[in-house]
Amino acid sequence: MKPLAITAGTVLSAIGRGLAETEDALLARRSGLTPCDFAGIKTGYVGCVPQAGTYVLEGVAPSFTCRNNQLADMACAQDGFAQAVRNARQFYGAHRIAVVLGTSTSGILSAEDAYEALDPVTGAPPMKFDQAHTQDLFSLPRFVAARLGLEGPILSVSNACASSSRAFVDARHWLEAGLCDAVVVGGADSLCRMTLRGFAALGLVSAEPTRPCDAQRTGISVGEGAGFVLLEREGARSGADVMGRWVGYGVSSDGHHMSSPDPLARGAVAAMREALERAGLDATQLDYINLHGTGTVVNDAMEDHAVHTLFGRSVPCSSTKGWTGHTLGASGIIEAMFALVMMRAGFAPGCLNVQQIDPTFNSHVLTDTLHKPVRRVMSNAFGFGGTNCSLIFEGV
Amino acid sequence: MQVSVQGISVWGPGLSGWPHTARVLQGQEDWEPAPVQVPPATCLPANERRRCGPLTRLAIALAEEACAQAGVQAADIRGVFASSNGDGAVVDSILTALSTPGGEVSPTQFHNSVHNAPAGYWTIGHASLAPVVALGCYDWSFAQGLLKAAAECVVENAPVLFVAYDLPIPGPIGKVRITHNTFGCAFVLVPQARQGAVCTLDITHAPGAMAQDTTLPPQLAELARSNPAAGGLALLQQIASGQEGTVHMTCQPGTILAEVKPC
Repeated sequence: MKPLAITAGTVLSAIGRGLAETEDALLARRSGLTPCDFAGIKTGYVGCVPQAGTYVLEGVAPSFTCRNNQLADMACAQDGFAQAVRNARQFYGAHRIAVVLGTSTSGILSAEDAYEALDPVTGAPPMKFDQAHTQDLFSLPRFVAARLGLEGPILSVSNACASSSRAFVDARHWLEAGLCDAVVVGGADSLCRMTLRGFAALGLVSAEPTRPCDAQRTGISVGEGAGFVLLEREGARSGADVMGRWVGYGVSSDGHHMSSPDPLARGAVAAMREALERAGLDATQLDYINLHGTGTVVNDAMEDHAVHTLFGRSVPCSSTKGWTGHTLGASGIIEAMFALVMMRAGFAPGCLNVQQIDPTFNSHVLTDTLHKPVRRVMSNAFGFGGTNCSLIFEGV
Repeated sequence: MQVSVQGISVWGPGLSGWPHTARVLQGQEDWEPAPVQVPPATCLPANERRRCGPLTRLAIALAEEACAQAGVQAADIRGVFASSNGDGAVVDSILTALSTPGGEVSPTQFHNSVHNAPAGYWTIGHASLAPVVALGCYDWSFAQGLLKAAAECVVENAPVLFVAYDLPIPGPIGKVRITHNTFGCAFVLVPQARQGAVCTLDITHAPGAMAQDTTLPPQLAELARSNPAAGGLALLQQIASGQEGTVHMTCQPGTILAEVKPC
């Protein structure tokens, strides 16, 4: 593919607000996971963003207020992102900048709260519950477009835990079809009862902080966060700072099972192979793979198998879920931003909380920080429904 | 963006498959609303068929008919699945469990609650490795989905299955997000017309003014307003007419224009 330029970007998760705090926490190996104490639920650990629930939205209708949009708004205010989008808007025009965002559950926490306060006679939710502007999936891009003053076409992508990775691909389709000149790509997902209790019901929540790739791993820690990039054609706007380039992607389905990955990893291998092909790279030209690495027994084993199939032990890999928890639909954009941070600072972080790497694993799993120039990173995301997305980023 | 329509499906009240719907839209048959009964999802193994709900069965019925008409292999085709409400019954059931003391969230319902569940079942049914995206764009799910599917078809230079579908939501959410009817439609879009193509579509996006065609007869116009996926009815009517014409569909923000040329 013709590479696209990333001319602005920001990230928000339990480990920090913005790129600098994120880099510090990754380098210091400082996890953001804390014992879960959310909406009365105390199972396992979570990667919670402090103050998310009390943040006041800037410059948009208050009807959009929900935890998911609060995270999105906090992210917009970081790293000069909103200003960078304003600059692009002046150049291209507001109607030439699209908004393509991924989320798995949008503002469902607002619907959960509404169900706690139903009218005892009619069963109706309270008047203050604004379903369209909070719970509905389209709430997120509508809010972000309003927040950033953008008037290009907007889209909500909801492919479970691959949502904001897949959003890059859908953004590219609109960009290359000429429907826009730049796209705000990314996403947000926020803590809610549904995912905390749902993953617990599936037996997938770890009692301890998640430990991806460890022999004794027992599941995920749920996290939350948001992130955005501004994506545009290379060289189209002189004077724009280029943070990195997006050079390849592969997307696939497992066609296997709704909530268990294919143990043969055919879909994951297909996505990674396609990403290499589109980038015109062979396996030796990657410096690091940021795994989906959720910390469940089956995901990590499947992914190790997939990575080893394509790369052997030649490319170091790790999961950053030990820092943030599994931020579900936001994990793709959050880890894409981590990739940019690593390439800028020249390091690859090893998995956190690992006592012993799963002895059945064959790929080159890092458990300590590797300080070295990192030019190209592959970033994986897989989700329920058997949806896979692999992205390749290149530093500048 | 120019694409060709190689296959179509429609299921809705009193609209049973594309040939029947085309006759209704052409005025050859009266529209007689009746409960929607889609064909069974025979592509799924028995255990998966038990686990999936009416939303997935609707989406699969649409996808099957459109692919069969187009003569494309279900296992090979990229998918764009668009739905505003997702599986409202599953979400309502989970929210009820969460707000009931001692209520347990069902693991099967939890994995069925993801917005890409119908797409997931579709790929499981056909052991497909082809990518499918699930979109949720509220009242504009049909128009945004069409814009996305056409762009993917052109940019990837590959056939794309576009499926739009929605069901009424039960329970408290259904009191504020009102969807009156079951409706879905599907299109197989191809970059270049092949033998048997129905029409070509030239699709453009006008970001400014909002416009929506109102050429449907009153009852069908009401149906079009009663379900996000039924926003496709104006386009379906133009296609069924066998005449050239341009259809306007409100999107977010602006208008999508689809210039229809019969093949």
